[in-house]
This record gives sequence, C-alpha cells and structure tokens, in this order.
Amino acid sequence: MIGSPDVVAFTREEVYEEPLQGSPGLPEEYSVPLFPFQEADSSPWSRPPGAKFSKDFILISEFSEQVGPQPLLTIPDDPRVCGAFDLNYFSLRIMSVDYQASFVGHPPGSSYPKLNFVEDSKVVLGDSKEGAFAYVHHLTLYDLEARGFVRPFCMAYISADEDKIMQLFLELSGDFSKASDCLKTGNRKAFANELEKKLKDLEYTRSVLLAHLEEQRKTDGKGFYTTQAIDKANELANVEKSIIEHQDLLKQIQQYPYRKLKPEDDFQPFLPESPCDCTVTGEPERAAPSSDTEENPADEEASEYHPRASYTPKFIKAKSAKCFDKKMKTLKELVDVYFFVQTIDLLTRLERRYRGDVSYLLMRHLDQTLLEQQAISNFLFEDASTWNTKAFDRRYEEKLDASQSLHDSKYLEEEQDPVKPSASLESYKSSVESVPIKIEQDLFEENGHTEVLIQGDQVEVAEYLDVDIKGSISSGDSIEVLRTERSASMLSHSESQPCLRLHPSPQQLRRKHSGRRTISEDSIEVLSMCPSETIIPEDFRASYQIAINEEEPCVDEECEELTSGPDAAGRSETSVNELLIDPACCIRGDDSSPVQQNVDLSPDISVGDTIVSVPPQPCRLPDRNFQVKVCVDNAESPSMETACHRLSVTEPESVHLLSSREAKRMSSEEHLDSLSHKSSASTCSDRTPSPPPISSLSERHKRKAGQNALMFIRQYPFSHPAIYSLLSGRTLVVLGEEEAFVKRLVTALSIFVPNCGHSAKPIKPWATSPLNIVDFQKWKLIGLQRDASPPGSPITQSLSRYRRYASVLDADNKTLCCPVYKGSLLQRMADHRTQIRKGSTYYMHVQSMLTQLSSKAFLLTFCHHAQLRIHPDDVEESVCQRRAAFLHQLLGLSQDDRKIVEYLSELLKTHYVTEAGTQLLPALRFNYIPSILYKI
Amino acid sequence: MLRWFLGSREPQSGAEKSSVLNIGEEQTQNPYTELSPLQEHQGTVRFLVQIDDFRFASAGDDGFVFVWDVKTGEILFPLHGHLQEISAMVVFKAPKFPEGMSNIIITSSSERTIIAWDCESGLQLYKISDFQSTVKSLVVIHSLDVWLSGGSDVRVWNRDCQLLCKTGYYVDGGISALIELPKTCVAAAVGKDLIIFKLSVSENFDQWNISEIKCISVHQHSIQALININDLMFASCSDAGELVIWDAVDWRFHSFESNISDISSPHDSPQEATLAPMHISTDGENVFAAVGRGLFVYSVQARRVIALQKKAHDSNVLYIGNLPNRQLVSCLDDGSVRIWELRSKVHPHAEPVPTGFFSMLGFGKANKQASQSLNKVPENGIVASLDLIGDLIGHSSSVQMFIYFEEDHSLVTCSADQLIIIWKEGKIESRLRSQLLFKILDESSNR
Repeated sequence: MIGSPDVVAFTREEVYEEPLQGSPGLPEEYSVPLFPFQEADSSPWSRPPGAKFSKDFILISEFSEQVGPQPLLTIPDDPRVCGAFDLNYFSLRIMSVDYQASFVGHPPGSSYPKLNFVEDSKVVLGDSKEGAFAYVHHLTLYDLEARGFVRPFCMAYISADEDKIMQLFLELSGDFSKASDCLKTGNRKAFANELEKKLKDLEYTRSVLLAHLEEQRKTDGKGFYTTQAIDKANELANVEKSIIEHQDLLKQIQQYPYRKLKPEDDFQPFLPESPCDCTVTGEPERAAPSSDTEENPADEEASEYHPRASYTPKFIKAKSAKCFDKKMKTLKELVDVYFFVQTIDLLTRLERRYRGDVSYLLMRHLDQTLLEQQAISNFLFEDASTWNTKAFDRRYEEKLDASQSLHDSKYLEEEQDPVKPSASLESYKSSVESVPIKIEQDLFEENGHTEVLIQGDQVEVAEYLDVDIKGSISSGDSIEVLRTERSASMLSHSESQPCLRLHPSPQQLRRKHSGRRTISEDSIEVLSMCPSETIIPEDFRASYQIAINEEEPCVDEECEELTSGPDAAGRSETSVNELLIDPACCIRGDDSSPVQQNVDLSPDISVGDTIVSVPPQPCRLPDRNFQVKVCVDNAESPSMETACHRLSVTEPESVHLLSSREAKRMSSEEHLDSLSHKSSASTCSDRTPSPPPISSLSERHKRKAGQNALMFIRQYPFSHPAIYSLLSGRTLVVLGEEEAFVKRLVTALSIFVPNCGHSAKPIKPWATSPLNIVDFQKWKLIGLQRDASPPGSPITQSLSRYRRYASVLDADNKTLCCPVYKGSLLQRMADHRTQIRKGSTYYMHVQSMLTQLSSKAFLLTFCHHAQLRIHPDDVEESVCQRRAAFLHQLLGLSQDDRKIVEYLSELLKTHYVTEAGTQLLPALRFNYIPSILYKI
Repeated sequence: MLRWFLGSREPQSGAEKSSVLNIGEEQTQNPYTELSPLQEHQGTVRFLVQIDDFRFASAGDDGFVFVWDVKTGEILFPLHGHLQEISAMVVFKAPKFPEGMSNIIITSSSERTIIAWDCESGLQLYKISDFQSTVKSLVVIHSLDVWLSGGSDVRVWNRDCQLLCKTGYYVDGGISALIELPKTCVAAAVGKDLIIFKLSVSENFDQWNISEIKCISVHQHSIQALININDLMFASCSDAGELVIWDAVDWRFHSFESNISDISSPHDSPQEATLAPMHISTDGENVFAAVGRGLFVYSVQARRVIALQKKAHDSNVLYIGNLPNRQLVSCLDDGSVRIWELRSKVHPHAEPVPTGFFSMLGFGKANKQASQSLNKVPENGIVASLDLIGDLIGHSSSVQMFIYFEEDHSLVTCSADQLIIIWKEGKIESRLRSQLLFKILDESSNR
C-alpha cells in the first residue's frame, strides 16, 4: 500500500541548540533554546513552503469497499480551506495506514461470525509532497451489508505544522476519541436496529419457506425428494443458520463492553442520552433523547429505524448476494442523524479550538494549567469570562474521561523535558534528506548535552528511552507514521499520574523514533505503530492480532512503570486490559534496562559525530522560543518584548482564518467598535450560541484593552500614580464629558484592576449621578460624567468630599489627583518608552507582571511569621518589622510597591476566608495619604 | 513626646485660629482605615444601641429597626412594627439570674406606641399604645428590673410591659430626658426645670409608686441633656453653654457655668456661640461639651475648663461621645465625624510660651494630668489639649450618633443619608483575617 520511495524524514525538525547557559535561576522546564535568527525572513510562524492549504482542517474519509479510499467531508466545509490540496490523494494516504485487522468472520474454533469491538487506532503521519501532517483517527463502523460487517472510516486533523500535531497529539487523540465514540455509539444503535429488522425478515422468510414446504408436502407426497423441495429445504436451512448467526451478532452488539466506559457514566446500551462525547463541550441540548431522533419526521433515514412494532418484515430471497452495484449506506445513515450531527458539531468545535499556531495553543494551556494550580490567588487578575468557561469545563471533566481533564498536565510535562532539544538534533541527523555537512558547533553542543544527560540524571535517560516503540515498517512512501495509538495510550496513562516527570513526552518519543531510524535506514518509516487496542471477549484473546514488531525492547518496562505508578491502580479497566494484552503481543527484549539503553544510545551519538549536519533549516520552535522569553521574567529585556510581539502576530491570523462569513462579522464588529468604543459588554451579546473555548471576542477585548493601556501610558506622564492607585485598591475615577473617551480610558485601565472575587471586575464604566461611599466600596474604577455646570455641582462636590477614597483622573483637562507613587515596579509595568507595539502583547506583559505580583502577595499572605506573632510575648511591632523585612528583603519591594502587595494580600485573605465559608464584613480599605495634582 | 510638640503648635498659630481646625489628608494617628457602609434603612438613621459585644440595633425615621452583626455586617433581624419614626430606643439587658432570659429592645415611635422586641428571636413581644404624646425618653433601672418611659408623664413598666405606676402630666413639652440616680431616684428634664422623682416599691414588689420630690429651676434655657458623670454627680446642660454639675445624692448643684464657652482666654472675645445647641458627654472625670463650633473639656474636680478647641467644627455638632482611650468623637451636621484626643500638656522649659495660655503652677487638679504637669499651669487653667487626630468622612449627610464596640475596635455611625457605617481599624482587621486564615489552614490540614 505504501509504495513510493519518496521519503520525508524529519526535514522540518528543529535545530538543536543548547539550553540557555548561565541562567541557573530558570526552572529547567523553561530551558529551551532561543529561536535562531539565521535567516532574515525566518519566522516561527511562516508557513512551511510545501503546504498546499492555508489552514488546518478536519477530513473524514472512508475506505469504501466499492471505490476505495474516498474523502467524505471536511470541516470547515469550505472548498477554499483545502485549496489545491488533493483530498483524494490524501485520503488514500491516510486510509492506507490503518493496519489494524478488524477481524470479523469465522474465527477458527467458532462456527459463527464474531464482532470484534475494535478500538480506534490513532496515528500521526506526514506527507512531504503535500506538505501536510495529520493526526489520523481510524475507526470502524458496523454495517450489515458491508463486507465483514465493517466499514473503515477515519477522521484526520490535517495541518501543515508537524509540530502542532505532535504537540497536541494527546489532546487530539482525546478529542477525536470522543467524536469517534459518538459515531460508534450511534452506529451500534443503528446496527442493532438493522439486525433486529434483518432477524424479523429472516423469521418471516423462514415461516414463508416452512409454509411452502408444508404446502408442497401436502400436495405432493413424494415432494420431499424433488429438487425443488431439496432446494427449499436447503434454503430453509440457510435461513435458519442465518437467523442464528444474526441472533448471535445481535447478542454481541448488545453485549458491547460498556464497562470500558467510565462506570459513573451509567451508559445504557443504545441510549444516546448519555454518550459522553455529546456533552464534551457542554452542549446544553445534550439531553436531546434518542427518541427524538427516532420520531423526527425530518430524518430521512429515521424512517428506517421506526419502532420495531411498525416494521413489516420482508421476504428475503436466497442468495441476495452482496453485489457491488448496491448503494452503500452513507455515514449519516450508518450512525443515526442525531449522532452524526453531534459529531459534526463536536468536530467543528474541535477545529475551532485548534486554530492558530501551536505555540499559542500550548502557551494558553500552560498558562491555564499554571493558573489553575494557583487556585488561591488566580482570581486576582484573571478575567471572569475565562473563569466561567473553566468552571464549566470542570463540571464536565468530572464526568468525562480522565484523559481529557489532565491534558493540561501534559504540557507541563513537555515543557519540563530537558531532553527535548537533543531529540530534534537526532532526528535532524537522521533525516535522509539532510545534506552531509557537519557543523562543529552542533557537535559540541550535542556532545555536551548528552553527557550532561547521562551523568546527570540516569533515571531521566531511562525514562525517555522507555518509550513504546512498536517498530518500523518499510514500505517506501512519503508517509511517516510518527506515532500510533499504543504510545498514545501509554502517554495517556501518564496523564493520570500526579508526578509529571514520570513519563515521556512526545518529544522524547520523537527522539527515540529518529534514533531508530538511523539504524534502520528505511526510506519509509512507520515510526511506531501498534495494533489497535482491541477489546475482545475473554475467549477471543487467542485470536488477537499481533502487529509487526521489529523493535520491542521497552514496552514491558513501560508497562511496569505504569503499574508501579501511584495511580495505576485507580485506572479504569482499559488500562488493565492493555496491561494484560501487552505481553501477549509484544516481543520481549531482555536488554531493556536503563543502563543498556544508555549504551545503546552512545552509538547513535558517535554516528552523529561522523555524519552530517546541515545548515540549519528554517525551523519552528515557536513555543519554546516564547517560553523562554516569558519566563525571563524581566520585562525590560528586549527579547521578551519581541517574543510577545511575535506571538501576537498569530492573532490577526486567527481572525483571518475564520470562515469568510465570520470574518466579515468580526471585522464589522471591529469597525463598530472603533467607532463607538464599545467595551466588551456590547460584544458579549454577539456570541455564538455554542460555547466557544476561549472566545476570540474576549481576545479582542484584551487586545483592545492592551492597546488603550499602551496609549494611556504613552500619552499620560502620570500613568504610574494612576496605576498605583488601582493596584493599591484606591478607586480611580475617570472624569470626563465625553462618554466614549472616558470609556476608552476605563478600558485601558481595567487591566490593572484586581478582582475581589470570582465575580466580574469592580469596574463601572460610566456613571452619571454623584457618587457616594457605597460606590467607592463597590467599584474600583469608575467612569464619571462631568456635569456641565460649574464647580459646586453635586458630582464635583461628592468627588471633592470623597477625595480621600478616590483618585481622580480628569480626562478633559488631563490632570490626575492622587497620591504619589515611589517605587520601581510600575517603571517596568508601564514604561512609556516601551517597545511593545501591540495591544495584546502589552496585555500579556502586564498580565505576567501582575501574576508575579499576585504570587508575591500569596507568599506574604501565607507566610506565618510575616503575619502573626510567633511567641506569645511577641509584640505587634516585631511582627510589623518581620513583615517589612519579608517584603523588602525577600520579595524585593520598595515602600509603595509593598502597599500594592499588601493590598493584594488582603484580597487573598478575604477571598480565602470567604471561600472557606466564613462571612466577612465587606470593607472599603483606605489610607490617609495626601494627594497631589498632576498635570501634563 | 513628639506628638506633643507637634500637637501643641496647632492652636498657637494665629492663622489657624481664624479658620476651623483642619487636619488634612495625612492622619497618621487615625486608626480607622476600613469602612463598611450598611445600606438598609430608608430614612434618617437616628439611633444606635449596642446589644452585646457583637450586635447592635439601629432605628430610623422609616420606622424600621434592624439588629446587625458588627463583625459581618449582616442583618440578624429586621424588626418591623412601627409605622412612624422612632423617637427613642433602649436595650433592656437580660438579668444574670434567672438564666435563659433574652435581651429586650424597647422602641418608641411618634405614632405613640412602644414595642418590646426579643433580641434573640426578633419577635415582637409587647406593644403599648395608650400614650398621650410621643415618648421621647426611655430609661432602664436595672436595680429594680423596671424601665421608665418619659413623654407627657413618666410611667414605670416591668419586664413584661405591665404598667406599674405613673406620674401626673407635664404639659410643658413633656419630659425630654430621664436619667437614673442613686437611691431609686430619677431625674427628669421638663423644659427648664429639673424634676427629681422617687421610685418606691413595697416589700413584696406588688405596690409601686413614683412621686415627685424636688423641682429645681436653675437653667435659663430649656434643658438639652442629662448625663450621669459618676455615682456622685450628674450633669445637665442647656443651650448657650449652660452647664450644671449636680450632686447625685442631695441634688444640690456642685458647680454652675452660665457659659462654658466664655471661659477661654481673654484674647478670644467674640461670643458667637451664644444660644448654640450644646451636647455633652463624660468620662467620669471630665465633662466634654460641644457648644457651637467649640469643644470644651470641663474638669469636674477642678471646676473649670481644662482644654478647649474654639474652632473645632465648621458645622453643628449633633452628638458627642467618649471612647475608652481618652478620645472624643463628635458627629457633625455636615456628615463628618471627628476624633479628638485629650492630652495633658507638658511644656519643657526650652519651649517658649507663645501666648498667654499658660502661666502659673496648677493646683487643685486631682486627675492624671495633674501629676504630669510640671512647673507651669496656665492662668486660665488650660492644662490639657484637645488634638484632632482624624476625621471620618463617609456619610453624605448629618451624622446622628455613634456607638463604639470596644472589643471589636469598631465605631458605628449612623446618618441622615440612610447609611450606617462601621469603621474598623485596618491593622487589627488585617491581623484578625490572618489569624482566621491560619486557623482555617490548620483545620483543613488536620482534617
């Protein structure tokens, strides 16, 4: 099947670079190489030249028994998406890597056909000719009329970015599994219905035949021996055999091992109400029951699935052989409309969620994971909308498979992987297309790194070698199968492990693969593959198909490691199954000890010495690149800003990537927005009903807020005291005549307002009545209308009365009345000479500094000796001194910065205590500090 | 010490004397850095009474009475029963014996009813409505376990709101103030007169009698307020700075000041404060009086004003009261609250005496300041200073009164802007929150 000798090895793999030296303070998970700027136009986001399509899409294809591989549909369903990309060709490719033998038929020792409940296989493959890389999810659906009762399908997520596929493998796998589950659930239901109908037909046929025979016997005493009678009798026997077979099939399908699913799912056979997949993203209409589908008159094929009573059996002619001219059922017919629609919805959401550059996706996940871990302090500066969706997700995650909920940890794991760079080198080296030129420096780095590895952390080396590799198969095509399901499922175990470092990440996998490849020198590589995990009845175990396993040294270890993992016991039965099956299908390698692996590794390296290196190719290391810079933790560093800058490049792209209609809507919104300065409130109503993951609208709001904030800090020399007011909990009133202008300032400043809880930010964008003390308690940023009348009006009076509680930014006269700020923090946070140009970049910059602040506040809050007396005879002053020392020496804060952190700490305390169920008096905290009038 | 240097300069500058003392925004000694407005009343909130260490009741012109928790700001009970504004409110504390009895709130309203409420359940216990006129004063006499209402007459009630006895009618505006005196006597202010009643009870507590035993007319103006200074003395005041200190046992006057604001140094002659309303409070040794814009401290022992601030306020004082730490709080008509501290003046020799405030050694001064005062005492007896240590700005309309929770270090004020504001000391609150936080942490880790 895979035949052409067009080989792509890892041509686009990353150039190896040594982790940043001389930055010992940086956690190692962030030690990733900088993006090399060798080529002027090289950008991490430049599209690979080979790609024939503009954006990622999802393809569903079928291996039709009549016409062979054929594409069925793409998501988004827009011909422009694929462009010149040859879907037929690619379908052929992706369908051809489904190695699983979905065994159906008469197994030896059994007289009846057996259904194999095949798990899907998941592979990653690449096609250099098309410039496409794909995550391919194979699944089989049952069809009574199909050969062997099965129809192979696959869903593929196709992207030009190989990295993206690899990085997101687990996520993709999890999400597509849900889609697949959805399809299969519908399919089983439909199949069972079909079987029942068929059975009725058969019963009817039998009765008809019996009647015929009887009739014949009555009319003709010798009829028993006529050829006609014998034919009839044979026919009858066939029908009866067929009945038994079908009954058996029905029994099998009804006994589908639902135990495989999570037990709390109380998944009832053929009840689509509870398929987890349909609720993944929390479709509110998840409860739409199957009965709806069945009764839905609009469903064309629903008529086929009428309630059983209404079905009129048909007489089945003998030898109604399977012929090629009959029309096969469509996918929609196969899986029941309801489930089909659900699946398409799900896939559409998936496509939307995976839009954008991989670095962006990864960072977002990393970000969210980290923030989620800071459950105590994360409410301070995270916007409420994100939290809502999170809470939403969390609700469902509890019900859904564990793998989904823990995806985030995968990213941590990946980022913590110190071996990652070497992986790229090896693959690089091993690339068949690479030109044999050696760059000394690379060698150096490589050696040094490897040494570190071996000496430094044996366990780690062992870990990353303990990768499940099923072997490589030589078939000579441009398709690489980079990874298949086994490894994925292994990894998914690691997701449930609390210790993130225990298990290999995809990068490690790749390293391994490439290492293998150097040895095998196959032109085509299936880097790893495995038979699909099959859930078979116990008596069926023997017939389990073993995949081609060339190199199989470490699976067992992997298994052991898994079992020894603290959570292994808690895994669902699937894992147990796997563990049971694995030994049976794996060829055991005796030399699988870590030390041995190390020895194995060294030849590779020596090979590397003599072979090749290539002038560094334009490689894409976006995520790493970005990470380094974010974590550099110094806003003044230009690299940080550039990185941020670059990252933000993705945003317009993502807009661009929207379907034209959406894009149009978006742009018109943008336009409207720029006209009327509408803040996020107005845009919320435009949301599409389906829950978007993190809506582009909120992104847009961030961008706008960032842009306005940039404008503010550039235009107003007194931006520091204004921001200081907000951060230290002093209400800032923006006073102005023109609502739009005031609101824009409010939007700009809103990013500096700490939240008091999980509710919305305490911002009132526009007020027209005089403020009273309750307003100052409730709102921390207020846009206030200046009344036209001269001073003495109620509004100005109330402002001057409460000037103690509020700083006043006069938008019309460009003055600010607020306390002085003396500190260094805001110099970095709001530098008017900043090189940051883009709003979203600046937003992220601010956000990172604020997060830093909240972690300091966290330390202060939960450091006992900085808060309370240690000894009973401790006096209050000594506590204050300790706290001051803590803030100054340990957190490095000057006087006024300290007040910010103290305020945040108070918020943390209040929030924590309130969350714990104790009611506190909501208070307005203030200080008696004189204000100063700033003018431009 | 430093503060004395700083503080003593304030009244010395001539420029400052002409205008009202203003502290500015920098108030390093003002501990109240947290405030919590409570918004529930729909009219002026006139009365606040403390029930126990953490509860208080508020009553307003909307006729509503609320019981609040000062720690959480929660309304424990809304007490709805009156239709018109509340005219007086008092808490009848439960006796120690028998246990299990609850505190009672007694409120009177201008619809001429009195309602007794149960503090623990929020239920209305009794309603009395046969009054001739509005009851303006209520007083509890714990020694006899009775309470008195003063309107056009004085009536005596027991805990179950049964009328025990009453006096005759006083037409001249009725009784405006009532205080308890030793030996089961009661002093009532009726117009310009002070009337002493004697409450007597038979052996078996079934025969009660209240009789007027003395009527004293000393005040030139109608009496504004009556306060108990200590067990031996009480004070009455009327407009224009009339202050009379009375002996609580034989009801003779101990001292009489026809105009307390007149006492100041001869340099400050203008008498703007004639007929200004007067409010007094006491700490047991001194009587603090707010007359017009000035604030005066009258030492009962020394029988003279020992400290004063002539330009203390720029609007009328509606209420003044003491805090336990020698601080004085004045609630003003303009919505602000000022906190004063009484400090003895200690003048080192090095400091020049700028004005004629101080001259000779003081004598006859028995209180604490006297022991500290050195070799100089001003000729007019000014031996202490009243320093403004802070002002609380939160209300937008006149502040009616305040109460102080000593344990909680919180000040509760109520105002005509329908708000009640709880002022707390930020440092203490922050520490309490930390304690709470670590307690929760401990609990969750032990669990």
